[in-house]
Amino acid sequence: MAGAHDSDVMSTADRLVHMANQIARNLEAEGDARAVEMTADHIRQFWDPLMRQRIVQLALDRPGALSPIAAAAIERIAAA
Amino acid sequence: MGFTRETDHGTPPALVTGRNVTLTIDGEQVTLPEGTSIMRAASLSGGSIPKLCATDNVESFGSCRLCLVEVEGRAGYPASCTTPVAEGMVVRTQTERLKQLRRGVMELYISDHPLDCLTCAANGDCELQDQAGAVGLRDVRYGYDGATNMGQPKDQSNPYFDFDPSKCIVCSRCVRACDEVQGTFALTIEGMGFNSKIAASQNDSFLASDCVSCGACVQACPTASLIEKKVVETGTPDRAVVTTCAYCGVGCTFRAEMRGQELVRMVPWKDGKANRGHSCVKGRFAWGYAQHQERILSPMIRASVSEPWREVSWDEAIAHTASEFRRIQDKYGRLAVGGITSSRCTNEETFLVQKLIRQGFGNNNVDTCARVCHSPTGYGLKTTFGTSAGTQDFDSVEQADVILVIGANPTDAHPVFGSRMKQRLRPKNGKAGAKLIVIDPRRIDLVKSPHIAAEHHLPLRPGTNVALLTAMAHVVATEKLYDEAFIRTRCDWDEFQDWADFVSEASRSPEAIEPLTGVRAADLRAAARLYATGGNAAIYYGLGVTEHSQGSSTVMAIANLAMATGNIGREGVGVNPLRGQNNVQGACDMGSFPHEFSGYRHVSDAAVRETFEAAWGVTLDSEPGLRIPNMLDAATDGSFKGLFIQGEDILQSDPNTHHVAAGLAAMECVVVQDLFLNETANYAHVFLPGSTFLEKDGTFTNAERRIQMVRKVMAPLNGYGDWEVVQLVANAMGLGWNYTHPSQIMDEIAALTPTFAGVHYDRLEAEGSLQWPANDAAPDGTPTMHIDGFVRGKGKFVVTDYVPTDEKTGPRFPLLLTTGRILSHYNVGAQTRRTANTAWHPEDRLEIHPLDAENRGIKEGDWVSLKSRAGETTLRALITERVAPGVVYTTFHHPDTQANVITTDYSDWATNCPEYKVTAVQVGLSNGPSDWQEDYAEQARQSRRIMTVEAAE
Ligand code: SF4
Ligand code: SF4
Ligand code: SF4
Ligand code: FES
Repeated sequence: MAGAHDSDVMSTADRLVHMANQIARNLEAEGDARAVEMTADHIRQFWDPLMRQRIVQLALDRPGALSPIAAAAIERIAAA
Repeated sequence: MGFTRETDHGTPPALVTGRNVTLTIDGEQVTLPEGTSIMRAASLSGGSIPKLCATDNVESFGSCRLCLVEVEGRAGYPASCTTPVAEGMVVRTQTERLKQLRRGVMELYISDHPLDCLTCAANGDCELQDQAGAVGLRDVRYGYDGATNMGQPKDQSNPYFDFDPSKCIVCSRCVRACDEVQGTFALTIEGMGFNSKIAASQNDSFLASDCVSCGACVQACPTASLIEKKVVETGTPDRAVVTTCAYCGVGCTFRAEMRGQELVRMVPWKDGKANRGHSCVKGRFAWGYAQHQERILSPMIRASVSEPWREVSWDEAIAHTASEFRRIQDKYGRLAVGGITSSRCTNEETFLVQKLIRQGFGNNNVDTCARVCHSPTGYGLKTTFGTSAGTQDFDSVEQADVILVIGANPTDAHPVFGSRMKQRLRPKNGKAGAKLIVIDPRRIDLVKSPHIAAEHHLPLRPGTNVALLTAMAHVVATEKLYDEAFIRTRCDWDEFQDWADFVSEASRSPEAIEPLTGVRAADLRAAARLYATGGNAAIYYGLGVTEHSQGSSTVMAIANLAMATGNIGREGVGVNPLRGQNNVQGACDMGSFPHEFSGYRHVSDAAVRETFEAAWGVTLDSEPGLRIPNMLDAATDGSFKGLFIQGEDILQSDPNTHHVAAGLAAMECVVVQDLFLNETANYAHVFLPGSTFLEKDGTFTNAERRIQMVRKVMAPLNGYGDWEVVQLVANAMGLGWNYTHPSQIMDEIAALTPTFAGVHYDRLEAEGSLQWPANDAAPDGTPTMHIDGFVRGKGKFVVTDYVPTDEKTGPRFPLLLTTGRILSHYNVGAQTRRTANTAWHPEDRLEIHPLDAENRGIKEGDWVSLKSRAGETTLRALITERVAPGVVYTTFHHPDTQANVITTDYSDWATNCPEYKVTAVQVGLSNGPSDWQEDYAEQARQSRRIMTVEAAE
């Protein structure tokens, strides 16, 4: 039923990367340092633990997929 | 029996001036506000002057001459409905001469009125009858030959009320109600003198006219000339219970007028502070779904969704539900299940569902359909002001000088508030109307309607809200139109300056963004100046703001503008989200979001968590749970297996239907609690019948934060209120709840939620309603928020950077689709489609500009296909210049259309609220329903089968 269109819709992994980048992009105007901190905070506040684990793993598996701000934010989450 | 209408004081209350006058009426001294009519004064002091053409919902007109009185020192017999009280006046309402005059008037009326009172539907509820009695009419000297009115055909075209011109006394109450209360101007008086007649616009039938079927005229009519079909069918009611509409976030209160267990009619309650005696077609008339034959009354289960449903006892259904959730958690882990609360259910029911999940499932996987509409409001207003709610009450609009409407269509989506807004937009009693700015891709009705014309309509391209609002801020900052004193005392000046520097950059000027938004820079500048300098300026916004990839940013951009111009913290100003469903506000307040407890407190806050842990006797999860789209992702990935859905139809209402369907199909136990086998139920394993708002006690909270009572007027057909069903499930899971009435649930909410600390049923009974916060600091509730300071302390300016959506038009998908709703239907239409409201909107149509239609060879009414990267559907075209070239528009009320097959999976960056309002699409001619629609219809038919039980021997 849904088959014909699946290719156009993001996988969960793609979507998580997209979402992290989107958050980082919307906070960019705050300046790099604050944007990194705010992105990390936002993800901690609103993503469930499994989603956070997954994005940490994705950051390792797909170098370059995350924008620099998003990547730095995910690094902080991984470190905590 | 116990039934009477609400007292009608004849004329509306006087405008408040603070001055009183004292006069004598029939020997009694009374003191009343100046401007009050003699009629109202007499009524308020316990008397009643005969009247026909006056009613207190509309301005008096003075045409029937039945209400004559004598005033000492004045010649003649002034009409009491049009004569204001004056200091020292001495009024007599009943003298021999007056009696004579009134009988004469009455005789004339009756000589042109059929005398079939005994068989008339309004018998016992007719003011003409009452007044004939009141003036002591015993004989009609003129005979009945002069009749010009009798014997005319009835107009029965409207599905809910009849118009019988033979019974019309041409009092014009209906015309005034339509003009003044509703603001539609659908009725006129044709002809002169004895030959005058009431007619719907252009002499059409009511159904074909501009009438929107709000029923204000029916309520105003003193005779059986305009009367509810249901009253004709059933007879007059014998008791009345005040309750709250279950359709939209306006929260109109009604007297449900009953005969026994049968609902006869809903009459808007004049004391209702949200609606002030008015309503729309949905609340007044569209409640027939409650008894619709498709309503499911027995619980049902099935092992797989390819099987037909099997009816079971409540015990079996509840035990099965509890054991399934436990089984899934044992097998897949604590986090593999969750639930969805409903913005259609009561606060108490919503609170219980999230409690079931947090206490019983032991996780925070609870979300609500507010996710897909107003979650950005929550995020945006919490960040800037400190609390997730609109700042004003509805009455506030009466003090506004400038009204800015962005991404909202109040006359369709919030009709009663739309009417109140229109009252303020029209000049009244010598006061100029408020000025109107509309920011919307579509030319909504408000832009130009009878006696109203928007000062500015900025038809922006969908998806450019933030750019446009930032450009307005640019004008405010660079032209120094901001309110420095307000900002210095109420906000942080340094933060303001950072923000002002940001918006002042040349790249954010109206001229620079014109190519992006398509809005002329000069118009934008003029609108910004008007908003900033036009006096009290109030912003009203809707889903056209929130349902974008930058929904949260747009809400914050709105808040920034309001703070910069000092338009916060008093009557007539503010930032007002117009909520969609009846209890969206309440669902959010009650802790339906996965990251917060009731009262918007994050689950990671240990002190807050401890209060809940103490009350509920369990350890609660300190980590945020999954939001609806995340649940569906997790389901497709195999880690999320069970979902309890109360009163929501996520398959139809959530974006990207294919993805939702795939997620649901991947789960092992989907429980749907609803009135009907909705679309989501096609993927459900357990169906628990729901109850309607007529069948239970509880509260709803409207868009003004107003908590109002919902009262049980009849026993639940399915046997239980929804709160009882949730309690049964909880107890089957061993939680040991023992609520015997929803008032106890509210007591628990009050004990655990500081902003609700003062909310209890006895207080609500006494006050009629309360606006939260209602606690020791604000015992009577809070009509206007942030008066002396923001909830968060200082208001916060947030830099909102415009980030274009990833949903882009291109050669494959060159048009932008935006979605919305219309007056007569509600959300996914599950209820309204099961009422006679289908008379107005039998199908969803695609609005397309003539240019785009012509390019594609599309003519009015043609079947067209609508394709996006997510899917395809077909519907019929409606060619109109309401939409700009390049933009198409449709509603999503009918499952056959499934507009959400088209919408994609992009969402708001902060809240995952889906981007319904922008989808790149292509439109082309088509022969009829798409393959998908046919497959879907077949799948739906299959999964709705119910096993017929063999009749017992
Ligand atoms: S139902 Fe409402 S819109 Fe229609 S004629 Fe009556 S008052 Fe006007
Ligand atoms: S229809 Fe009713 S309200 Fe309207 S003019 Fe006739 S009697 Fe009056
Ligand atoms: S649907 Fe909304 S506007 Fe209409 S009656 Fe109900 S609450 Fe009022
Ligand atoms: S009621 Fe006053 S003139 Fe009709």
